[in-house]
Amino acid sequence: MREKELEKLKDYKYGFSTDIENFKAPKGLNEDVIKFISKIKKEPKWLLDWRLKAFERLKVLKEPNWQKPKYPKINYQDLYYYSAPKSFKEKPKNLDELDPKLLETYKKLGIPLQEQKRLNGIAVDAVFDSVSVATTFKDKLTEKGIIFCSISEAVQKHPELVKKYLGTVIPITDHFFATLNSAVFTDGSFVYIPPNVRCPMELSTYFRINASDTGQFERTLIIADKGSYVSYLEGCTAPMRDENQLHAANVELIALDDAEIKYSTVQNWYPGDKDGKGGIYNFVTKRGLCKGINSKISWTQVETGSAITWKYPSCILQGDNSIGEFYSIAITNNHQKADTGTKMIHIGKNTKSKIISKGISAGQSDMTYRGLVDIFQKANNSSNYTQCDSLLMGNKCGAHTVPYIKNKNSESTIAHEATTSKISEEQLYYCQQRGLNSEEAVSLIVNGFCKEVLQQLPMEFAVEAQKLVGISLEGSVG
Amino acid sequence: MEKKIKSDFENTYKNSSLNNELKFKKEFLNKFIEKGFPSKKLESWKFSDLNQIINKNIENLIFYNDTTKSYKIDESLYLKNLEHNKIVFINGKLEEIKFEHEDNNKIKISKETKIDNNLFKDNALIDLNNAFAIYNYKIHVEDGYNVKKPVVIYHTTNSELNSTNINIQLNFLLGANSSLKLIDTFNDISDKNFINIYYNFKLKKDSVLKNFKLDNLINNNIKYSFNNIDQETNSVSETFILSNGSKFFKNEINCNLKGKYSSAFVNGIFSLSENRHHEIKTNINHLIENTKSYQLIKSVLDNSSKAVYQGKIYVDKDAQKTDGYQLSKAILLNENSEFNAKPELEIYADDVKCSHGSASGSLNENSIFYLRSRGLNYKEAKNLLIKGFLLDVIEKITDEEIKNIIKSTMGLST
Repeated sequence: MREKELEKLKDYKYGFSTDIENFKAPKGLNEDVIKFISKIKKEPKWLLDWRLKAFERLKVLKEPNWQKPKYPKINYQDLYYYSAPKSFKEKPKNLDELDPKLLETYKKLGIPLQEQKRLNGIAVDAVFDSVSVATTFKDKLTEKGIIFCSISEAVQKHPELVKKYLGTVIPITDHFFATLNSAVFTDGSFVYIPPNVRCPMELSTYFRINASDTGQFERTLIIADKGSYVSYLEGCTAPMRDENQLHAANVELIALDDAEIKYSTVQNWYPGDKDGKGGIYNFVTKRGLCKGINSKISWTQVETGSAITWKYPSCILQGDNSIGEFYSIAITNNHQKADTGTKMIHIGKNTKSKIISKGISAGQSDMTYRGLVDIFQKANNSSNYTQCDSLLMGNKCGAHTVPYIKNKNSESTIAHEATTSKISEEQLYYCQQRGLNSEEAVSLIVNGFCKEVLQQLPMEFAVEAQKLVGISLEGSVG
Repeated sequence: MEKKIKSDFENTYKNSSLNNELKFKKEFLNKFIEKGFPSKKLESWKFSDLNQIINKNIENLIFYNDTTKSYKIDESLYLKNLEHNKIVFINGKLEEIKFEHEDNNKIKISKETKIDNNLFKDNALIDLNNAFAIYNYKIHVEDGYNVKKPVVIYHTTNSELNSTNINIQLNFLLGANSSLKLIDTFNDISDKNFINIYYNFKLKKDSVLKNFKLDNLINNNIKYSFNNIDQETNSVSETFILSNGSKFFKNEINCNLKGKYSSAFVNGIFSLSENRHHEIKTNINHLIENTKSYQLIKSVLDNSSKAVYQGKIYVDKDAQKTDGYQLSKAILLNENSEFNAKPELEIYADDVKCSHGSASGSLNENSIFYLRSRGLNYKEAKNLLIKGFLLDVIEKITDEEIKNIIKSTMGLST
């Protein structure tokens, strides 16, 4: 039995689950559950009302079904909307009070919570199932006036900021999954960078779904005030389970005048086994608002996990001269499916956007790039450049490109390019001739194919991502 | 609308002796009533809401088209400087079909009432066409026969036609090793009608089809044209679309490359101004290995005009060694003009070369500066650049004679 499990873990090394007693809300989605979540988090009344308003809206919304990867109907009444380690009913004051089993889990994941934290110099906020577990490096950040904490803490300590910005980018009247999240979100990270502060280190969140039958609904809110800069990393893993689990997070970024936000994701949720059983449904809404002039938001994502990935990190370029960027690598193998891309909405003048998307599909997987570039009539002198390349490995997989391009301004330019091809025999032959085996050769070529995007990642992540790219494609050649 | 369309349907067939076919037609009518005119809720009509366009431009659309009346053909409309065969439609009624330059044993023309297309279940406009097109004309080019002179189809309407829906259906069968050049022209004196045309082409082994669709006279009609092209081994289809004159025109090309080494070319020009709204939608289905497709669409958009290009390349898992290429470029001359594109790739085979590109923007200021420094004024420089931009597409036409005619109708000849 033990050996079998070990065998399984070879494929997905984060597939273990932690035996921690969980404290859950009753199954199902109704007003009582929402009130329960709100109560347990000691939320103020305005937030509860806000949640209930979202829930009202949810009742009339229909689940979208235009996406390429279809999935069996999710029974929203059969999910737990709140799950927390029991020892968390009273929130621990510092790391020493944490359940040792939890710490062990994070150690297995390679997340520096305690001893490594000083060496690594990355401030981490870890979210386990539904609650934020610990935030490191707090003192150093507080010194600069940076607020980096869980969103439930922010609701208590900085309600004015949360109230002002929550739901301004993703309103509660948005699409089904975003509204679902608004109604039942449990935790997530909150970042506020005060004016003219350059955040001295990378901020990072690690998400992990542990309990079964739980949906994870976290909410991230990042605000970069005038002239500030922040780089934020997000990573995620989940244990291997046979049933599909839902992850519907909302991420809102707001960049004011001259501010810059860089948001990087390495998404490695459990992708299901070789026959496509189990895995995470990753239905995430990520949206950034370049509110001020000269602001910039840049999304970088490496998507290797999840049974179904369905997300479009977007930029709304509202401020004049604002810049939006999107760099993406999406890799699907076995029975994974991905429908991902971005939206660049040019509203302000002189706005610029750049999209680089690299899709790799292997096995029996299916990958779709879907993007929107929309230049409004008043967005004079705006420009967009899009490049989306797909690489196919094997003849059972699919790669699709569905860009929507709208230009309503005669002074603006849009350029779009897309190619689809396979790894050429010559390239493989060349590498093998120099002593690489076929798998190493493929890994090398794929890494080259992805380089433009990998370069955008912060150093620590880039190394991890590069490895991940190799691992994800293991067994897909030959 | 439902009552109206039903009584118009009864009216259309009141004197006809159709029995069984009428039952089918009725089925299509019901299908159309169920779906209605396509609106932007449908993905393929996302950028052009036909339902809205018809409601806005045509009050009380009449589906009954009186075909008992005959009109005299205005021969001055015939294309000059080109010997050709003629098919003339006036107000949706076939008035003349004459292959004067051909061996009449080699071309068979028949008129049928049977409907034999049931392929496009989602397309409400084809349902409408099937219900109301009384005859389905079939033109069969025998094996090995190359139609010597181009066939020109004159779609003419006169001032007696108003707020009416016309449905035309034509079938072409090109036998093995045959060839056909087909020119569609539109002459409209009428106003505010909805013209719905369905062509079905079957290309046997080694056959060649060249189809030129020229909509270059300003009119206020709303048009929809659907070409279905099925291609067998080593056949070639070339489609050229000049989208210019009508109030609204959507050209749809659905091409199935079913035989090895078959290829499809689609070239198009949008040259729009004054509130015109045109669309080209292509669906190129590569269904077997070693097939090739090439698409080039260029647009020049002035004065509140809107152009839409939705191009899709589908590559089946059996279609290894596919070559698919697609490029769309647009110049926006006026701040109220708009260009929307959705160049789509759907690929299930790995050994393929597929690419698409799309660019839109204003005229290059540097190029204008260059020309002005050489003594041209702004207007001349602008016109020269536009001419060069569009000639690129016209040069793709493989028939010299027709190429020159198109150049001169567009005022681009040198």
